[in-house]
Formats: sequence, C-alpha cells, structure tokens
Amino acid sequence: MTAEALRPAIGAAANHTFLNAVLRASDTEPGLEACIQCGTCGGSCPSAVSMDHTPRALFALVLAGMRDEALRSNTPWMCLSCYFCTVRCPKGIRIPDVMYGIKSIAVRERLSPERTGADFSSAFVDNIHRFGRSYEMGLVARHYLRHHPLRLPGLTGMGLSMVAHGRMGFRPQRIKRVDGLRAILDRAAQLEEAPNEGTQPETGHVA
Amino acid sequence: MSEYLYYPGCSLEGSARAYAESLAAIVAPLGIELHEIDDWNCCGATEYLTLSPLRGHALIARNLALAREQRNGASTLVAPCSACYVNLAKTDRYFRESPEFGQQINSALAADGLAYEGGALRVRHLLEVIIGEVGLDAVAAHVTRPLRGLRVAPYLGCLVSRPDLDGRWSAHEQPHELDRLLAALGADVVDFPLRTSCCGGHMTQINPETAWELIRRLVESADHAHADVMATVCPMCQMNIDAYQGEMDRHYRARYRVPILFFTQLMGLAFGAAPESLGIGTEVVSPAVALARIGLEVSPPAAEQSEPPTHERRQKRPQGLPMPAPLESER
Repeated sequence: MTAEALRPAIGAAANHTFLNAVLRASDTEPGLEACIQCGTCGGSCPSAVSMDHTPRALFALVLAGMRDEALRSNTPWMCLSCYFCTVRCPKGIRIPDVMYGIKSIAVRERLSPERTGADFSSAFVDNIHRFGRSYEMGLVARHYLRHHPLRLPGLTGMGLSMVAHGRMGFRPQRIKRVDGLRAILDRAAQLEEAPNEGTQPETGHVA
Repeated sequence: MSEYLYYPGCSLEGSARAYAESLAAIVAPLGIELHEIDDWNCCGATEYLTLSPLRGHALIARNLALAREQRNGASTLVAPCSACYVNLAKTDRYFRESPEFGQQINSALAADGLAYEGGALRVRHLLEVIIGEVGLDAVAAHVTRPLRGLRVAPYLGCLVSRPDLDGRWSAHEQPHELDRLLAALGADVVDFPLRTSCCGGHMTQINPETAWELIRRLVESADHAHADVMATVCPMCQMNIDAYQGEMDRHYRARYRVPILFFTQLMGLAFGAAPESLGIGTEVVSPAVALARIGLEVSPPAAEQSEPPTHERRQKRPQGLPMPAPLESER
C-alpha cells in the first residue's frame, strides 16, 4: 500500500489522539488507520492463543480510542514479528510496526502488563548501550535469574553444552566507536521527545 | 570473485559460530568475497524497536551508513541472520519510502558524522545471494559428496520471505527456493509445509509455553515427514530448535531428537569439507545419526548415543494448529 493511497484515511485520523500517538510512535507509516476489522491477522497469528485480545480486537481498541485497555493488553508482547498477518492483511498494514509503537508507549508510561517482555528488551538494549553488541551470556544470566529461576536446573545441560562448544562466551564484544553510537541514540531520543501533542507527558525512556 | 559487504550479526560470533565457520568454508568455492563492515553494531533484533522504533531504526541505520561509507565498489550488503537481514532491509526500505523518516534518522546519525541514503545499498539475505547471484548450477558444480539419502526438512523460517516488502520471493508462505538449493546438493528434500512457520523467536525468554508449542509443531512436522535433519538459514531458528528442543520435550513428555544444521553446513558437507571445519559437533541435538546416512562419522555426545527419533504420546494437549498424529503402526 502506498502512502498516497492512505492519505484520505490519514486525513480522517487527523484528530484521533490515541491513533495518532500509535502511528507516530511506530515512526513509519504502518497504515493502521485503514484497518477494516476483517480478522485476517488474528486468524493467521501463531501466538494468538497466548493473547488476551486478538490483533484485530486490539486494533479495534486503538481505533475506538480505548487507550488504557490497549496499552494494558498483552497482545503486542506476544507478537513474534513473524509477518504472517502482514503479508495477508488486505489493507497492507504493517502490523509488527504497529505492535512496536504500542509497546513503546506502554513501556514509556509503565502500563505494560508484561514485565518479562519489557525487562528482556531493556536488558538487551542495556547491553547495546554498554558494548554496541549483544552479549548473550550476560543477557540470559540476568534474565533467567530474575524471571525464570525455576527453568534453570532443566537448562543446565543445554547451557553447559553451549559453553563447552564455544557458543556462549563469558566476555562481551565491544565496538570501537561505542561513544559515537551512544551519541546517535541520545540524539534519536531527543528527536523522539520533541513535538508530542495529545499524549500524556513522557516519563523518560527505559533503557 | 564477486565482492560483497558483509554484516555478520552478533550471534555469528557466539551461539551461531557454526554458521560463520561453515560460511567461511564455502565462500571461496562459490567465488564470493565478503568484506565485513568495520565496527558494525548489534541490529537490536526486535528488542530495540520494542522500546523505541525511532532509536531502533537509528541503531540499524548506523550499520547501513557505515556500509555505505565502506562500500568501495561493492553495492550489496549481505546478512546471514534473518533477523538482522529483515531489520537492515526494512530500515533501508523506509528510507526509500519516506523522506521524513530518512531526515529524522539522518539527523540522529549526524551525531557521529554519519548519513545514509535509501537504496544506496542492496540489502540481501545470504541465501538470496547464493541462489540468485551465485546460482544453483554453480553450486551443483561444486558438489563432490552428494547428500544422497539424507532426508532434509527445508526450514526457511519467517523473516526471509516475509515481509519481503520488495517482492523478490516466489511466495511469502510456501516458497521453494531453499528446497531447490538442497536438491542441488543431492539431498532428499521432504515435504515440509511449516517451512516458513515461526520458531518462537524470543518467546523462549518471555513466554516459554508459547515457544514450546511453536517448536513442537516444527519438530513434530519434520519428524512426521521422517526428516533426518532440518536445514535452517537463521541463528534464532537454529537456537530454538536445537537448544530448546530438550526443554520442549520435557514439557510435552515427548522424546524428539531432530537435529538442525545451517544450510551452509550442508553445503560444506556436499562440497567435501570435513565436518569439524564446518562447526559440526557444536549442536545440542547431535546430527550423528543423520550424518551416518551419508557415510560420515561424527561422535555424538555421550548422553544421546544414536537414539532414533521416537514418538511418544504427549501427556499434555497442545493448543493451536492441527497436526497429523503419527500412525499407530509407526510407533
């Protein structure tokens, strides 16, 4: 779907505060305003069974301006970004991008129902800020101790195998210009907090 | 020699080092020269986009900007990891689609003196380069040890043929490009309708029940088709199917043992390379039984000495997709 084809729908959405916030948070033009509520997304979704609302129902909440319900839904947190819905959506809506937008608002406003998902993302992103690279060992150690301690005994064998075969290193890799990377990310954070009419005040970014 | 810019991605230096090793072993015969982008950073997977799409795209775009700076004649950026590939391809695509997006990301990149221009690079998954640019004839010409008799499930995963915003794949859901590559290696490619179903991605870390169910579907389907091994093009898929298969087995009280190898490892084997040089032996689920079918001996870890895949009635009822149950006579 071209951006041009969406213009009329965007026009209709111009005064829709929450929809606008979601579209803006997605930072792309995901096209959610064109949703026709057909339900193809939920019918295609491999993790719909774990969601409290199907994607279609979540989009209905957004389109109805039901901000709190939408932001407190676990649906975007169960999204796998597998794009089954996206390639099937008759309106060409880029659904994972919408999910990222909703999640980012929910995290900012601390409404996310899914601490595990938000914490995993934060831990992952922390490592990027520190090293410029992902650091698998540090990430899983921190995450499992905090969120899945009971799974650890069952995963010991697998973990040892990974370490023994050099698939899990104890030392993080660090890029050379990590300061430059941080400068880029800080500038992006400033741009993000720039004009933001119609949403609740920002409470700083989680990272 | 064709030259390519190369973005390895974090997992190729860690959990998927077998992918990196096997890739290194096949590039020379294929006439590919890879130039790793100097000082590349993590693409952020889906985690950075989750916290902030704008910062997430800026993170991805730093790699595109570095690659553009270092391109030196090469114009194609190759990523072997499907998640990295989809991120790089999407950010490039959004640069091309939306001047506002490009302006915003470039003003972030300017903080470290970088800039990107949509379309400056062709972003490709490694598999696309091998199939589309090297070509299956050239691949077949290097086969000295055909994988005859090895039953392989062609597991492409989600993020190569989807979202495929530029429409280069034959289909989003049942593309057969990987099947054809494996057939060119002489393998016996089994019917694997879940070829682009999701492995669970990061759900092993967030909501394991969801991940176990998705892993079960894939492993059960491969086992049902009597695949000896699954072939993958993605470190995340490899990790979930290989490292978490045991946990999934315990959850469902099942005893699957379906190994999964990177397609580059299978290519290396078909080209006659020694298994150790391809990172074979680093798996959690040993491919020893599978590789014995093509006359290769690799030592299986003590715990799982050549135990054939077995079906056991699951104690817990899985939810979701219907999946054919094994026939009584096959048990």
